[in-house]
Amino acid sequence: MSGVFVSVGSMMPFDRLVRAMDEWAAANPGIPVEIQIGKGTHEARHARWVRTLALPEYQARVAACDLFVAHCGMGSIISAIEAGKPILMLPRLQAKGEHNTDHQLATAKHVGVRPGLHVAADEADLKARASALIGASAPPPAPISRFADPAFTNRIRAFIEA
Amino acid sequence: MGKRVLAIASGGGHFIQLMRLSPAWEGHAVSIATVDPSSRALVGNAPFFTFRDVSRADWWRIPLAAFDIARILLSVRPQVIITTGALPGLIACALARPFGVKSLWVDSIANSDVLSGSGEQAARVCSQVITQWPHLAKEKIDHWGSVL
Repeated sequence: MSGVFVSVGSMMPFDRLVRAMDEWAAANPGIPVEIQIGKGTHEARHARWVRTLALPEYQARVAACDLFVAHCGMGSIISAIEAGKPILMLPRLQAKGEHNTDHQLATAKHVGVRPGLHVAADEADLKARASALIGASAPPPAPISRFADPAFTNRIRAFIEA
Repeated sequence: MGKRVLAIASGGGHFIQLMRLSPAWEGHAVSIATVDPSSRALVGNAPFFTFRDVSRADWWRIPLAAFDIARILLSVRPQVIITTGALPGLIACALARPFGVKSLWVDSIANSDVLSGSGEQAARVCSQVITQWPHLAKEKIDHWGSVL
């Protein structure tokens, strides 16, 4: 699909993201929006939604969309970078019961600064940034190789073979 | 034939990070274990296993995950375990440790402010613990690189 693909990841619910992007879909009826809602209780009313996706189908949707909107999880970030798609993220907050710790804020701070990656402060900021990014055909992240740096994997290989 | 390697990770970002390390065990007899059956499509011809997931939030499921992981260990009989987390990877390393199985804990790149809870425990269980962030390296916790 072209348009916007939204994912909360595979492990925990994140209704705040689902609700915000469902509202964004209502305000942008000309743009296809599909949301993977996971274990959340909020079912989108304006966007298409699906509860879970097999990993290959998830990757196909990231590859086909114009803008990927997700929680600030490494699976989402790596999938976006590998597919060369701009990603807009809303970090999960421990205080709202959205994750066990606030490590997604740390990810936003340390990884979210890469080109092609965008972090929203809250739901209003998320919707504003989604409109700006989809309107401007946001530039993609810099491409990376399919695997980690050989210097890293060679070190793990040495550990295996020692 | 090389070593018998078990590469194990939970779902989502943990599994995607594990796959980015694949060249490390190329040529060895690797088996892959994770939680999502659809991940099989990404592992090629390697023997593929799934287990029931567990995290700190639902710790009462530890016996279920441990049972599944024990069965995988008995089937694979690994000489080396590589894990990118989370808690199930730690369980695998702990169960295998009395049998002299060498294990490497690769703390998730998501943990950039502090090491993960399981990563802190891993320092007592695994042969080697590494962080993907240079500023988190300390005694017994090395930095070798990152998946990105």
